[in-house]
Amino acid sequence: MSKGKKEPISDRRKFIFNMARGVGVATLGGFIWSAYINDAKAQKLLLRPPGAIKEEDFLKTCIKCGLCVEACPYDTLMLAKPGVHKPLGTPYFTPRDIPCHMCPDIPCVPVCPSGALDLQSVVTKNKLDINKADMGVAVIDEESCIAFWGIQCDACYRACPLLGEAITIEYQKNERTGKHAFLKPVVHSDPCTGCGMCEHACVTQKAAIQIFPREVVQGKAGNHYIKGWDKNDDKRVKDAKAIKTTTQISKNSALDSLNDSGDLY
Amino acid sequence: MKQFWSNNRFLILRRFTQLSILFLYFGANAWGWWILRGNLSSSVVINFAQVSDPYAVLQMLAAGASISLDLFIGAATITVFYFLIGGRAFCSWVCPINMVTDTANYLRRKFEFNRMQGPKMPISRNIRYWVLALSLVVSFVMGMAAFEFVSPISMIHRGIVFGLGFGWASAVIIFLFDLFVLKDGWCGHICPLGGFYSLLGRFSVIRVFHEEGNCTLCMKCKTVCPEHQVLHMIGKESLSVNDGACTNCARCIDVCDDDALGFSLRELAEKK
Repeated sequence: MSKGKKEPISDRRKFIFNMARGVGVATLGGFIWSAYINDAKAQKLLLRPPGAIKEEDFLKTCIKCGLCVEACPYDTLMLAKPGVHKPLGTPYFTPRDIPCHMCPDIPCVPVCPSGALDLQSVVTKNKLDINKADMGVAVIDEESCIAFWGIQCDACYRACPLLGEAITIEYQKNERTGKHAFLKPVVHSDPCTGCGMCEHACVTQKAAIQIFPREVVQGKAGNHYIKGWDKNDDKRVKDAKAIKTTTQISKNSALDSLNDSGDLY
Repeated sequence: MKQFWSNNRFLILRRFTQLSILFLYFGANAWGWWILRGNLSSSVVINFAQVSDPYAVLQMLAAGASISLDLFIGAATITVFYFLIGGRAFCSWVCPINMVTDTANYLRRKFEFNRMQGPKMPISRNIRYWVLALSLVVSFVMGMAAFEFVSPISMIHRGIVFGLGFGWASAVIIFLFDLFVLKDGWCGHICPLGGFYSLLGRFSVIRVFHEEGNCTLCMKCKTVCPEHQVLHMIGKESLSVNDGACTNCARCIDVCDDDALGFSLRELAEKK
């Protein structure tokens, strides 16, 4: 074969090359795309409408149609727009601006076509029950709450739709003056729906009581700790299995000096 | 006047449809109208029929979501609808981005950018199918509908109905890209929703038909067509435009002064 005159490249090689090129560009694009979505998904501090399913499933299931937003009579719900740093197009609310007013007929939930807002989660005995909603939970910053300073304020307590259940007032003697009382608000996280009426009502410059998604603020005791005095709590560890490890030392049974001594009972 | 109408009737009809749909959605959120509630991702028509974006539902499936019956019916309705009237009819008759890219394309022609850049485009129009496939892969891996998350179509449309935020930026980016970088860049090369509807429209019933006998080879149709490769038969043979990439925008029918192009049903066209 003479120099300079090369064999023409076959169509098959061209095709394979083009496919490989496509895959190369797609890999690059796919990584950037995924990184962007991963970053946007990481936003945890946002409050969903009543009846919203678990956040991970919500992001999959919500089709971002905005029917819940249109149904909300108080303009509480918004669709995340570019620039607000929330998963784009999904519904959320900001209680300090407009809290959820806990409509008894819950207009936002039944209109959801995708099941991202689950009607069954806000129904008891075939009746709509907004008090079952779990949008988040109120958390009080005791340092900035003026009731904890000893100044009388019960704005959040009065604003709470579940007054006396989700927020109660705890009386405590004010040792500083000796003749006054602290009237401290206490949030009970089980009945709290996270509607945000308290955060909206809070009189401090930045709200001393704020709503956060429940999974953000709630801890978990785990299976090692059980309320032995509570039959229901026992059920929590019904399926738990003991993990047995054997080491050099554990071969000999431990000496239980408190209970094995025999003469205690 | 009559000439103006016959040279622009489909363009005027399309703008009317696009703007009416936007306005109806806007009115639903702003004033509680009930004709068309929701947005292009999913909506309720006249308080009765559920319609949903089948491509969005497909991504949700890939992401591993359980699809509700409502969404399934809605997506099926839209699929059948565009299957019949031409898949990419969505692109030219409904999609709000169409007005952006049409404007860019119009300015391109006015300023003769096309002649400066030459006919050879640096990237293939098939890239949209790659993006389509990639969107499903990313949806699967990331566990959420990937394109819905970055789609300028949703951003603009949702923005106009529910509040825009920085969404306007996506329209500006597409406008500049189409105007200066690549002719028909977004709609004709990249948009995976267009790709999806191209695949869907491959067998649709309503098609543009070319009557070769009337053609004077003025090539105005090819100049205005945003997917000019679909008009390969112009001046060669009488044939319907069967390529799925055709958006049924009918701009070619508008500009043709010789009655060589018109709408036709696929079946009838094939029998002729």
